[in-house]
Amino acid sequence: MASQEVLREEPSRGSFINDPRVRGIFFQALVLVLLVAGVWWVTHNVIANLTRLHIASGFGFLKGRAGFDISESAIAYSSDSTYFRAILVGFINTVIVAVVGIITATIIGFIVGIGRLSHNWLIRKICTVYVEVFRNIPPLLVIFFWYSGVLAVLPPPRESINLPFGSFLNQRGFYFPRAIWGEGSWLILVALLLGIAMAWFVARKARQRQMATGQPFPVFWTSMALIVGLPLLAYALSGFPLSFEFPKQSTFNLVGGFQVRPEFLSLYLALSCYTAAFIAEIVRAGIRGVSAGQTEAAAALGLRSGSILRLVVVPQAMRIVIPPLTSQYLNLTKNSSLAIAIGYPDLTATAGTVLNQTGQAVEGVVIMMAVYLALSLITSAIMNVVNARMALVER
Amino acid sequence: MKHIAIGLLGAAAFGFAASAASASTLDDVKAKGFIQCGTNTGLAGFAAPDDKGEWKGIDVDFCRAVAAAVFGDGTKVKFTPLSAKERFTALQSGEVDILSRNTTWTINRDTALGLNFVGVTYYDGQGFMINAKKLPGVNSALQLSGAAVCVQSGTTTELNLADYFKSNKMEYNPVVFEKLDEVNAAYDAGRCDVYTTDQSGLYGIRLTLSSPADHVVLPEIISKEPLGPAVRQGDDQWYHIVKWTYFALLNAEELGITQANVDEMKNSDNPEIKRVLGQEADTKIGTDLGVSNDWVVNIVKAVGNYGEMFERNVGSGSPLKIARGINALWTKGGLQYAPPIR
Repeated sequence: MASQEVLREEPSRGSFINDPRVRGIFFQALVLVLLVAGVWWVTHNVIANLTRLHIASGFGFLKGRAGFDISESAIAYSSDSTYFRAILVGFINTVIVAVVGIITATIIGFIVGIGRLSHNWLIRKICTVYVEVFRNIPPLLVIFFWYSGVLAVLPPPRESINLPFGSFLNQRGFYFPRAIWGEGSWLILVALLLGIAMAWFVARKARQRQMATGQPFPVFWTSMALIVGLPLLAYALSGFPLSFEFPKQSTFNLVGGFQVRPEFLSLYLALSCYTAAFIAEIVRAGIRGVSAGQTEAAAALGLRSGSILRLVVVPQAMRIVIPPLTSQYLNLTKNSSLAIAIGYPDLTATAGTVLNQTGQAVEGVVIMMAVYLALSLITSAIMNVVNARMALVER
Repeated sequence: MKHIAIGLLGAAAFGFAASAASASTLDDVKAKGFIQCGTNTGLAGFAAPDDKGEWKGIDVDFCRAVAAAVFGDGTKVKFTPLSAKERFTALQSGEVDILSRNTTWTINRDTALGLNFVGVTYYDGQGFMINAKKLPGVNSALQLSGAAVCVQSGTTTELNLADYFKSNKMEYNPVVFEKLDEVNAAYDAGRCDVYTTDQSGLYGIRLTLSSPADHVVLPEIISKEPLGPAVRQGDDQWYHIVKWTYFALLNAEELGITQANVDEMKNSDNPEIKRVLGQEADTKIGTDLGVSNDWVVNIVKAVGNYGEMFERNVGSGSPLKIARGINALWTKGGLQYAPPIR
């Protein structure tokens, strides 16, 4: 950089060919032209070859009737729905497994990462073994481990394992009672939201008071009382409107209740466990990156070890942790396409089926690529905002 | 996915290769010295490697027959195992020269997918299989409401299944996999109650289960599944070679030409047999097609006639023991009928 700036300040010597600015513009223009030509050439070839092979092209096929069923769908879907809706169902399934997986992986990752730095020998070793095992096995094998190794050996539906609260576990998945909200149950939701808002307010006030006077306030218990207590109160006031539908045995399967299928479970568990191992290492690196002097200074001020971690070390470690954490979130989202191996209807699976039923291979792959790209960019954007908030504010 | 990726590269990005391939499939095949044949990844009776690693089945034998017609040698063929999802892209992109993979002939595949089906090598229909030991009392597909059904994705089977349950106002729980062995494993492990695919496939798959005797194929056939080989559109010569290989197999059976007697038959007095086997003076039947005049002799020497191929792979000579049924020749009350070779 330095040499370029020096060059730029000099007046051009003789021929403008030697002018670094002209050269810079020339090469940038050249790259742009080559890029546009390349894209045009590929697109032109695709269209020409599709026409030559008598293969229909365009995105009009998305309006056609899908004709196939999908096992898991968060939105209304039947075989009469369009191909577009089928792809949308797959997209939502991908987002669901990615979001739930990211949350779980982050929680496990932080626990294990901090555990690796524990003073307790057993905890430290268990966490090390966890990281080394999951980090060094390909994610597909982890998925198969959960699907074939753990969930498939559960008993068949007729011999389901009975769990508390009317839940069942068998090789078709995990079944639990579905809540049926009666009349007036909106009051419970309002109470819950109110409880959360009040808890947030209390936490803010408590922090301000502690800053000003040094008096601590039991924020956790007050918040729990508000978040749990208010909805319970509303539940009682509205006349206990909640009832449950329990899963029951039928000819083939358990019916009723809510079913979490083994395909989702194994994909979710595998992605969470696998990515958590990487997150643990990132967290460990982040904590290691905080100077030991900080911990010692905090200890010298009389803070307990839990408070040191929570108030001094982790906030500083987060600045190191967040950028690589984003990569892991993106990896988890993209690894969810491995779902195809166990039949979880994610975007790759449903778009792949649509691709096959319609024969629109190029369009199908373009849609998949565009959606994954958009998903990754959105994740990055969100994490960039978080990062900007966490970053050290320089004074 | 690998094949799709390769297919896309072939079909889309690198137009050079594709435009070169459009010259003539026959020339390409002759230049490389073998036929690339897309088959199933492993379906007993249709395409599956045996214990010596050699591909066996009616679909692979058909490709061998085409190789015999083109090269005079039925071994000049290489097989590309394809999942249901990969198969059309592989053919469209030129990765395989023939798709002989128990594929159902439909109008959509002939038109929108740019394929040409050459004929029906096996008339099939979709059926259901259940574990009778675990589900006593179920003896009709109409009792299957509420069942979890294992099915392979990207097949006509998947669509027929949806239609059948919908039209009979029954519910089901689809358990869908991309690869056949994944569906088999899931059904065998009890992940689903019902397995649905073409009935011939069910008989083949039953043999690979851990306890085949426990499983029964229900009587209902819910669809027409005419299975046959397909080629790309836009190359009539290659289409004719593959199509007439199929007709030659049928004509050979009709005329009683077998793998064992084909050399004697060459000296037959029957003018029709002489014509089919290229023994007529100055015959141009084979060369007009783009192959040698003794092409039918080569086909029958390599794989036998259609009947022999059927019995060896799926019929009485195989563990499947499927009766000829509607796959018998038209002279014996079946649907197999070929235009004459003349």
